[in-house]
Amino acid sequence: MKRRTFLSFLGVSGVAAVLPTEGKAAPVKDFAGHPDAVGVLHDSVRCIGCRKCEAGCQRANNLPMPAQFKKPAKPFDDLSELDKKRRTHFQQYTVVNKYESSKGKTVFKKFQCNHCQEPACASACFVKAFVKTKEGPVIYKPNLCVGCRYCMIACPFYVPTYDYDSALNPLVYKCTMCYDTRLKKGLLPGCVEICPKDALTFGKRSDLIKVARKRIMDNPGLYVDEIYGETEMGGANWLYISPVAHKELDQPELGKTSAPELTSGALGSVAMVAGIWPVLLGGAYFISKRREKQAAEERDAAVRAAVAETREEAETRLNTALDKAAKEKDAEVAREVKKTREETAREIEAKYNPPEPEPEEADAETEKNTEEDA
Amino acid sequence: MSAENKTADNIHNRKIVINPGRLFSSPGNVLTAVILAMGLFITVMRFTKGLGGVTNLDDNYPWGIWISFDLLCGVVLAAGGYATTSAYYLFGLKSFNTAVRPAVTSAFLGYAFVVFALHYDVGQPWRLVYPIFYSPGATSVLYEVGLCVFLYVSVLAVEWSVAAFEWLGWKSIRAVIVRLTIPLTVLGVILSTMHQSSLGALYLIAPSKMHPLWYSSFIPVFFFISSMFAGMSMVIFEGALAHKGLHAEMDEHHLRDADKVVLGFGKAASIVMMGYFFIKLFGLAMDNNWKYLASGYGLWYLVEIFGFVLLPSFMYAIGAREKKTGLIRLAACITVIGVVVNRFNVSLVAFNWQLPPAEKYFPHWMEIGLSIFVVTLIVTAYRVICYYMPVLREHPDYEAH
Ligand code: SF4
Ligand code: SF4
Ligand code: SF4
Repeated sequence: MKRRTFLSFLGVSGVAAVLPTEGKAAPVKDFAGHPDAVGVLHDSVRCIGCRKCEAGCQRANNLPMPAQFKKPAKPFDDLSELDKKRRTHFQQYTVVNKYESSKGKTVFKKFQCNHCQEPACASACFVKAFVKTKEGPVIYKPNLCVGCRYCMIACPFYVPTYDYDSALNPLVYKCTMCYDTRLKKGLLPGCVEICPKDALTFGKRSDLIKVARKRIMDNPGLYVDEIYGETEMGGANWLYISPVAHKELDQPELGKTSAPELTSGALGSVAMVAGIWPVLLGGAYFISKRREKQAAEERDAAVRAAVAETREEAETRLNTALDKAAKEKDAEVAREVKKTREETAREIEAKYNPPEPEPEEADAETEKNTEEDA
Repeated sequence: MSAENKTADNIHNRKIVINPGRLFSSPGNVLTAVILAMGLFITVMRFTKGLGGVTNLDDNYPWGIWISFDLLCGVVLAAGGYATTSAYYLFGLKSFNTAVRPAVTSAFLGYAFVVFALHYDVGQPWRLVYPIFYSPGATSVLYEVGLCVFLYVSVLAVEWSVAAFEWLGWKSIRAVIVRLTIPLTVLGVILSTMHQSSLGALYLIAPSKMHPLWYSSFIPVFFFISSMFAGMSMVIFEGALAHKGLHAEMDEHHLRDADKVVLGFGKAASIVMMGYFFIKLFGLAMDNNWKYLASGYGLWYLVEIFGFVLLPSFMYAIGAREKKTGLIRLAACITVIGVVVNRFNVSLVAFNWQLPPAEKYFPHWMEIGLSIFVVTLIVTAYRVICYYMPVLREHPDYEAH
């Protein structure tokens, strides 16, 4: 029994055993990955750049052939396509690229979603359209996606692609590890199955790491001593071993910190903001109110003092006036009586001999009003 | 318009008159009409041909200028709302009284049109409510941004509605809202702090794609602090524009206090910007990024923090001390440009900096066209509101707001 088949068998039956359930979003700290998760190991020492996996992926996922692409490309058996540096797009989930290495050797690397253990895409998605399954694959729920494309910003490997030309149902596309199309049926991923050189090995991630180590140990000088994907941003389920430094094959240099960890600090401070601001601002508000009140009180005190002073003065004046009035009172009474008598006489006269009205003036008034209205 | 203005009591209860002929009555209006027509054309294209028909976005550049300008700049430049309301209501700076209404109005319009513009940018705008009501992805920084912007736009709508209700004469509902002023202001500051900083935090997830000079674990702090002086500068800047274009709508109180606002915010901005400059340096030292300064990116970074932060900060300081409002207005203008430069630097210059030049993004003319369309809509809406509602003046039926 070939090792690949053996591992595959284990892996596939493992998947089938746990299938219907899906994993929750990965927790942040010290997450070691789901223990039985499956993955794929790509071996660039074995890979001959035949592009068969590209063709296999199209078949497995019902994708169009290169001639029907939006930007038509050369068919899969035309290896001159490898001279271009290519990336995936919404009609092609995996590409093989060719590198002239520092060792003077031509090296190939297959590129697709790495099915990270703590995926940046899933952490970034604000509607949970990406899900890391317990079984390993990172899958996408098209009916949730809003199309904000933050997943594409977040993914350190430039994996998710978008169908920009669809007006009504644009979606994100990427490798699914053939989760729905094949794994669930107990089949190997399309690319793995078709590979003629065993450059792709499917199995439990923990087993794949052992296999990779063994190959590196058993073949001194053939491989660089590093499994790409083991720790990068929390580790991936798609792993790579290579005869040259992974950096030469365009593998980004990434730290160990996973995507959720990168953002958890900022997200965690939200509660602090919500807790601290009201206290500080409330404080500022009451201080400024207090200040206002104090100012008002001081003002009131000043006003009261001024008023008291004025009142005293006024009282003195009033008393003087009263005194004076008392003295003048008698004379006043006499004057008032006289005045009243005269007024009554005038009123009586007016009642019996009313004065002529002055019609001219009234007319002029009316005219002016009319003018204004107009 | 001038004839109507002469009758002093009319200004406070103008009835809406729709007169399409007015559109062509001046060169400015013709330009507005042309831009609106272009916007409609781009809208039709966007929703029939998809994003690919009107943008140069691709799989490496999923975010273009609709995010850099309409979202990042739109939100930061609308920060005048929380800056002004907190200065007046919470910190008790009384001379900011007349600045509150215009700042709240432009912040409300700014945010409303950020949300409007997002409908063009996301692939399936009819699902924009999903993150809030259907399938919230709480692990996402974008979720926090979305939630806060959604809540804050509602807060601003309520704060702004006071002006609308005064115009409509709905006194009792206005009275209810006025009583909510303080809690709404506090809520506004909380929400602003969260989403202004989260807009920066969006980029925390992609350290490998960002140029180290603009990537920092402090980026949320940088975004929040820059939003403070961006907001103040915008208030000064918009004030200057409004005095040119909308003088007729202003009452005496407003005209008298305008300079006090300019001086007050000028001084505050100079201090905040100085602080910002130093924490930027601190960030540089923390990550030991000095070596990157000796490159094209480094030069551009220095231009940003010296030319667009330190310089206007000094100009503000001098202007505030010597009471030169002209200098402060110039500083405000430079600061506004500087904040735009910063947001573009983070989202487009630093992002994907390692990609070869041939794979870089440059906006399609329709992307630029749509952004111009959105700005035009904001300005037009602002003018209309200031014409009808008591924004740049007080309504005689109500005491000072
Ligand atoms: S490689 Fe990118 S798309 Fe794939 S799981 Fe990781 S973050 Fe997500
Ligand atoms: S584009 Fe879709 S899948 Fe990607 S983050 Fe946005 S909503 Fe989630
Ligand atoms: S696992 Fe499936 S989807 Fe992914 S590259 Fe292979 S064939 Fe394509």
